[in-house]
Amino acid sequence: MKDKIAEKLFLFIAFSAILSLLLITFFIFQQGIPLITKIGLGNFFSTTWSPTKGQFGILSMIIGSLMVTTGALVVGVPFGLACAIFLAEFSSKAVQNTLKPILELLAGIPSVVYGFIGIVILVPFIRQNFGGPGFSVLAASIILGIMILPTIVSISYDSLLSVPNTYREGSYAVGATKWQTVTMLLLPAARSGIVAGIILGMGRAIGETMAVIMIAGNALKIPGSILDSVRTLTSTIALELGYAAGDHRAALFACGAFLFFIIIILNIIAIRVTGRK
Amino acid sequence: MTLRIGPRTSQIIAYCVLLLMTAITVIVLFFIIGYVFKNGLGQITWQFLTDRTRDMGKEGGIFPSILGTLFVTVLAIAIATPLGVGSAVYLVEYTRGGLIRRIISFGADCLAGVPSIIFGLFGFIFFVITLNLGWSVLSGGLTLAVMIIPTIIRTTEEAIKAVPRAYREISYSLGGGKLDTILKVVLPTSLPGILTGIILGVGRAVGETAAVIFTAGSSLGIPTSFFSSTRTLAVHFYILAREGISMPKAYGTAAVLIIIILLINFVAYRLMHRFMARYY
Repeated sequence: MKDKIAEKLFLFIAFSAILSLLLITFFIFQQGIPLITKIGLGNFFSTTWSPTKGQFGILSMIIGSLMVTTGALVVGVPFGLACAIFLAEFSSKAVQNTLKPILELLAGIPSVVYGFIGIVILVPFIRQNFGGPGFSVLAASIILGIMILPTIVSISYDSLLSVPNTYREGSYAVGATKWQTVTMLLLPAARSGIVAGIILGMGRAIGETMAVIMIAGNALKIPGSILDSVRTLTSTIALELGYAAGDHRAALFACGAFLFFIIIILNIIAIRVTGRK
Repeated sequence: MTLRIGPRTSQIIAYCVLLLMTAITVIVLFFIIGYVFKNGLGQITWQFLTDRTRDMGKEGGIFPSILGTLFVTVLAIAIATPLGVGSAVYLVEYTRGGLIRRIISFGADCLAGVPSIIFGLFGFIFFVITLNLGWSVLSGGLTLAVMIIPTIIRTTEEAIKAVPRAYREISYSLGGGKLDTILKVVLPTSLPGILTGIILGVGRAVGETAAVIFTAGSSLGIPTSFFSSTRTLAVHFYILAREGISMPKAYGTAAVLIIIILLINFVAYRLMHRFMARYY
C-alpha cells in the first residue's frame, strides 16, 4: 500500500520537467502569437523594428543571431574538437584528470563575466587593430565561441570514449598511426555524438543573451561586415522587456516564441542524432 | 608538384596542432580568471562584503546583493531538489524504458537546452504578472528552480544508476519494501552524487543573469521577505559593468562571483570523484 502511494507520488514528481516545459511553451506562445496574427507575417518578418510605429519586423535580428551563431561555431567547433580529440586519444589518464575539470570550469564562469572580458579586452583590441566600433559581430563571435567550447568538448569527448577499444586495436594492428585511426575510424564512429555536441553548442550560442548585449553593440540594422555592430533576437528581448508595454511587450514575447521554436527544433535534432547510436 | 606527407609526419603535425589548440583554450581560461583576480581581488575587503551599496554602486559594498543571491539560490535549490531527485528516482527505480520514461527524459533534455532569457520571459509573465508575485525573491527563486531541475535530474540519475544491484537485492531479501529500499539504501548510497548535482545547480543559479533580472528585479534594498525585490550579484555586476557605474567595484564583484564559482566547482569535483572511485 505504502509502496503504491510512493510510486504514484514519484510519477507525479517526475512529470515536473515536462510540465514546466509545457507551461513555458504555453505562456510564451499565448503572449506572442496573437500579435503575429494581428500584424501579419509580412510585418513580423520585415526588417523594420519600430515599436512606436507598430512595426515589429525581426528579420535584421534573425540575421544578426545567425551571424554571431555562425561566427561562434567557426571559433568554437575547431577548438572544441581539438580539445576533445587531444583529451580522449592523445592524453594519459593523469592529463585527462587535470584537463577535464579545468575545461568544465569554462562552463561555470557566468556569462556576464565573459561579456565583461569582452568589453575590457576584446572590444578595445578589435577597435584599435581592425577599426570599426569594436562592439561587433567579430567580438560577439569570439566570446560566444569560447562560451560554447565546454558543451562541444564534453559531448564529443564522451562519444569518442564510447567507441569500442577493439576499433583502435584493429587499426593499430594493420599499422595505422594514432592520427590515421582518429580521422579514419574514431571520428566517423563518434560522428553522431559530435554532431549532437555541435547542435547543442549552436543552441547555446543562439540563446545567449547577457554576454552578447555587452559586446555586440546592438545597433538595429543588418551588419555589412563582421566589424559592424549587430543586434540579436535575445538582446532585443532583454534590452526592451524592462519598459515595454502593450503590443511592444507582446512583440518581445513573439521574438521569444520564435527563438524558443528554433531551440526546441535544435534540441529535438540533437536528441534524435544521439538516440540513433 | 605535390608534397606528400607520410603518416608519421602527419601524426607529429596533428599532435602538435591539437596540443597547441588545447593549450590556447586552457590559457584563455586562466587568462580570464587571472585578469579578473588581478584587478578585483584588491577590491575585496571586509567592508566591501558587509557594507550596504550606496550611490547606485559607485560607493559602498555588495552586502544586499550577497543576501539577494543567497535567498534566491536557497529557495531555488529547496524547490528543485525534491522535484529533481524524485524524478530521477522514478526514472531509474520505477521505469524500464517505455513511453513514460521517454516523455520524462525528453522533457528534461529539452528543458536543459532552453536559454535563460526564455526562462526570464516565462518567469516574468507567469510568476511576476499572472501569479502576481511581483519582482521578488519568490519569483526569482521559482524561475531558477525550473531552470536547474534538469541539472539535478541528470546527475542524480547517474548517481542512482551507479548504486550496485546487490545493495537493492540485500534490502529486499531482508524484507524491505521498495520505498524502504529507496529511502534507506539507494538514496543514502548515492548521496555524494546527488550533492554534486545540487552544487552544480547552485553554480548555475549564482551565475545567472537573464532569468533573474526580470523576475527578482534589481532593487538595492536588503531583502526582508520572500516578497522583497532583490538584486543578485550577477545582476549587480552586469549593471555596474554595462552602465559603466564603477569599474573597480565591477572588478571586485566579478572576483567574488568567480571565487564562488571556483569553490563550487572544486567541491562538486571532489565529491563526484570520491563517489566514482567507490563504485566504478
